[in-house]
Amino acid sequence: MNTDWLPPEKCLLTGNEASVEGALLGGCRFFVAYPITPQNEVIGRMSWRMEEVGGVFIQAESEVASINIMLGASCAGVRVMTSSSSPGISLMQEGISYMASMGMPCVISNVQRGGPGLGDIGPSQGDYFQATRGGGHGDYHCIVLSPYSGQEVMELTKIAFDLADQWRTPTIILGDAQIGQMMEPVIFKGVQPVDVENMPPKPWALTGAKGRPFKFHRSYLGGKGELEGHNEKLQAKYRDLLRSFPGWQEVTGPEDADILLVAYGSTARVCKGLVEEPPEGLEGKLRLFRPKSVWPYPYAALKEEAMKAKCVLTVEMCSGQMVQDVRLALEGARPVFFAGRVGQGVPTSDQIARKALDILAGRALPAGVISFRGDE
Amino acid sequence: MTQTTEKIIYRRPEVLQERNFHFCPGCGHGIAHRILAEALEESGMAERAVGVSPVGCGVVTYFYIGIDWQEAPHGRAPAVATGIKRSRPDLLVLTYQGDGDLAAIGTGEFVHCANRGENITSIFINNGLYAMTAGQMAPTTPIGRRTSTTPKGRTIARDGYPLRVCEMLAPLDGTAYLERIALTDPKSVRQAKKGILKAFQYQMEGRGYTLIELLSPCPTHWRMKPVDAIKRIKEEVLPIFPTGVIKDVGK
Ligand SMILES: Cc1ncc(C[n+]2csc(CCOP(=O)(O)OP(=O)(O)O)c2C)c(N)n1
Ligand code: SF4
Ligand SMILES: [Mg+2]
Repeated sequence: MNTDWLPPEKCLLTGNEASVEGALLGGCRFFVAYPITPQNEVIGRMSWRMEEVGGVFIQAESEVASINIMLGASCAGVRVMTSSSSPGISLMQEGISYMASMGMPCVISNVQRGGPGLGDIGPSQGDYFQATRGGGHGDYHCIVLSPYSGQEVMELTKIAFDLADQWRTPTIILGDAQIGQMMEPVIFKGVQPVDVENMPPKPWALTGAKGRPFKFHRSYLGGKGELEGHNEKLQAKYRDLLRSFPGWQEVTGPEDADILLVAYGSTARVCKGLVEEPPEGLEGKLRLFRPKSVWPYPYAALKEEAMKAKCVLTVEMCSGQMVQDVRLALEGARPVFFAGRVGQGVPTSDQIARKALDILAGRALPAGVISFRGDE
Repeated sequence: MTQTTEKIIYRRPEVLQERNFHFCPGCGHGIAHRILAEALEESGMAERAVGVSPVGCGVVTYFYIGIDWQEAPHGRAPAVATGIKRSRPDLLVLTYQGDGDLAAIGTGEFVHCANRGENITSIFINNGLYAMTAGQMAPTTPIGRRTSTTPKGRTIARDGYPLRVCEMLAPLDGTAYLERIALTDPKSVRQAKKGILKAFQYQMEGRGYTLIELLSPCPTHWRMKPVDAIKRIKEEVLPIFPTGVIKDVGK
């Protein structure tokens, strides 16, 4: 195995650059994308790094083309990735739905920016529903991983290729503009690159029918009972997946804290700061539950942790999307509060602290049906 | 004693599966499938070929032509084919697409696939409408033609002009061979197969993008008998879509 291209043991990289290295270490040898801020460092770095590993790099004419070129590379058995940000991911949804239907593995990085519409290039978590609920048409899911640092972008992107192949499903890295653009040390020491020459065979790959019967992948299933049978199998696959992979999380802070903060990505970064250095009045009162995967969502682990606290405060960079999963996890067992910002900025630690103090003083309303913010 | 010797002048190519087409009687798709199967067999490339099927009446090509196939979302076959070909340059990669699929919803994909000079062959079925969805206007529909969305006939003012795909592609440096053939008579059908073979050859020589446009009857949505549909191609379609080799970089 050629290892000339391996990154040094420690590098100072943006999250976007770390995603490139994670992909190459994960065996990605085909990259296709269309430029969009705030992920341009991914396509920029990939354009020369992919050549160094002898893979294929294509700058496509659109995100619609990107996802369909991915479909082609995936059906040929190659580990393939695209990177984009919110508007571009919207354009890919039809293709993702087809790939989910036909069991085509691929990795899609969404460096989330503010929407709806063209919105803004700043960080956002407004695509949570789109990512975790399928996103395109039809009844399907993608695996969705949610890194909160450059290091984790690298590690989760690498693992994403294994998960995608194992479960034959599109897998999404749900980052955001802040994680993508922030420069941090990334440690590669001990990270083993996937040996692309000795990967598990993909008997379903299309390689030309030499010496075997021909085969095809189709998404049109119009025959009597065909679609229902196919979808039953798809759902059975998701059940197997959920049984063997109940979600990943990290919990930090005192076990006897009153409030369990729940946040992912950039927002979790701010919450972690609060837990580690709580302001006056919140000493020992905050704990953080940080999902590292949001589909599968770690429902059981969250409930277990939440039961140790008096209540839960979900923090997001949107009007409240993941908070629905938090409420699903708790099934009413604990009150759920929400703090968030709907554009152009990560919630500040002051904002979150104020909300926490209001909750402790009985001045805040739990997340409601009309407004997850509860207090408006 | 005399002995009669039988001479086989035609047989079903092996790649063509023994399965009844779902196409309507007199449909051009059936002819196109047969000559594509013949070309695959004669080129010796059937076992090293991957096709990309469209959304349209040609959607289930994979039931009829025994090579590996990947189904693409509507219009995206050239992008899917790009992904396959770049992953496996040794394979013969083709797309099979209708005129709604290629020339309307898939405009971005085929133009850029051609412009990148991808070594891919597109078999392009121009039947002047969207057959699968019950006969709506396509970009290729002739002016004056009635379809289910141009009930009084296509007008320039409302619907614009018929799109000539080969002529549009010819100036692109990434294209190597472009030919239009009408599936109206045995001679033309044989010519179509020759065109496909040439396109395959250019593809495997790495010369760039190749496209064979087949003017094809859809008796069902043209609401005519198969024989009249052929007549219509000769009288109404050929003046707009002249046949012949539109581009050949080998010349
Ligand atoms: C995204 C999307 N839009 C619309 C359709 C519906 N649709 C299916 S086939 C078709 C037109 C096919 O026409 P053409 O490519 O000319 O093929 P033909 O049936 O004429 O051979 C359309 C619009 C679809 N399947 N997907
Ligand atoms: S509707 Fe037209 S194009 Fe479709 S199978 Fe029938 S004749 Fe052929
Ligand atoms: Mg058509």
